[in-house]
Amino acid sequence: MKIVLTTSGDTLEAPLDTRFGRARNFLVYDLDDDTFTVVDNGQNLNAAQGAGIQAAENVARTGAEALVTGHCGPKAFRVLNLAGVTVYNCDAATVADALALYRADKLVAAGSADVEGHWA
Amino acid sequence: MGVGAGRAAGRVLAVASGKGGTGKTTVSVNLARALDAPVRLLDCDVEEPNGHLFLDGRPLGSDAVAIPVPQVEESLCDGCGACSRFCAYNAIVSFGTKPLVFPEMCHGCGGCAMVCPKNAITEVDRRIGDVETLADGDITLIQGRLDVGVAMAPPLIRAVKARLDDADDASPVIMDAPPGTSCPVVATLRGADFVLLVTEPTPFGLNDLKLAVAMVRELDLPFGVVVNRAGSGDDRVRVYCDQQAIPVLLEIPDDRRIAEAYSRGELIVDALPEYRGLFRELIEATGLARPAGGEGAA
Repeated sequence: MKIVLTTSGDTLEAPLDTRFGRARNFLVYDLDDDTFTVVDNGQNLNAAQGAGIQAAENVARTGAEALVTGHCGPKAFRVLNLAGVTVYNCDAATVADALALYRADKLVAAGSADVEGHWA
Repeated sequence: MGVGAGRAAGRVLAVASGKGGTGKTTVSVNLARALDAPVRLLDCDVEEPNGHLFLDGRPLGSDAVAIPVPQVEESLCDGCGACSRFCAYNAIVSFGTKPLVFPEMCHGCGGCAMVCPKNAITEVDRRIGDVETLADGDITLIQGRLDVGVAMAPPLIRAVKARLDDADDASPVIMDAPPGTSCPVVATLRGADFVLLVTEPTPFGLNDLKLAVAMVRELDLPFGVVVNRAGSGDDRVRVYCDQQAIPVLLEIPDDRRIAEAYSRGELIVDALPEYRGLFRELIEATGLARPAGGEGAA
């Protein structure tokens, strides 16, 4: 199973990005073989509108079943929900910390968006 | 180029500014009054139309404006995602799934319905606002009023400008633009014969004037500058305009009586007739009273 974590960098030590739609990168972590790839979300970083929607579509295309990020707005949440991606809100400092919390089952699946659109 | 769908027969002047609150509406309504002839005043600042506050307008009518947004017949959709790939605004999303539609993001272009191979998408109207017409003497005010919560100004601005497509009406047109340099402003300025950029002699005014100048140059429109509250700040706007060979067509003095008249909703040219001449000069300089197609100031 794969999970996506939002980050401004491209390593496990990089900060977890609290933004979803306008996060710089998506780190796609494969829990089955402990490898990861990085998907560039830079196009959405500067999108005029709909960054969350497009980002959610990008996450869905990775085949991930879960998303760990700081906050997620209502439109992105609807798309992720449709795609069957479970959203976890997390305030860990780094990707590795967030991953550890996920593995330890310390994160609670979000039942809805936790912020309004354009919150950042 | 057409102003709305067709072409206004009269001459079209647009009043714009990079910075908000510089006096676009003040210049627009005073020009309209000082013309002393039939004139159409378009309030294209549809998020906050306020030209009517300075007129004693008799309502002539109001029409609702809607844009077409997609509606998906899910039984016909096979989830191919063509609609989603086409939409530049992420208003319709599909990735092997039935599409999700976000009507509030839709600009109403109709592209998704055209590219759908299954003809699963039809368009339904989504109301975005009204176009209202008022009359005050020689001035016909046509104003757009965007509904609260709607973030789609350009289609409503185009609906306001479409009222100009009357070949029998050759009266001049003054368009009061929204502030800034983004899509709603560009939607307003397209088709104008001449653009007035209103600014103030402050660092903020100068910074945003430079942005507005870059915009009208990109649109390749002839333009000149109006400095409002002249004498209240510094001379950097003047120096910039001289360096760039941009004509400063009017300086409205920083006169407390003007602010007082404004605060009462009065026109400068009515309350302080000594300023009427300044606006008459601006009418001459912009060629507003000349027949359509003539040259403006350059």
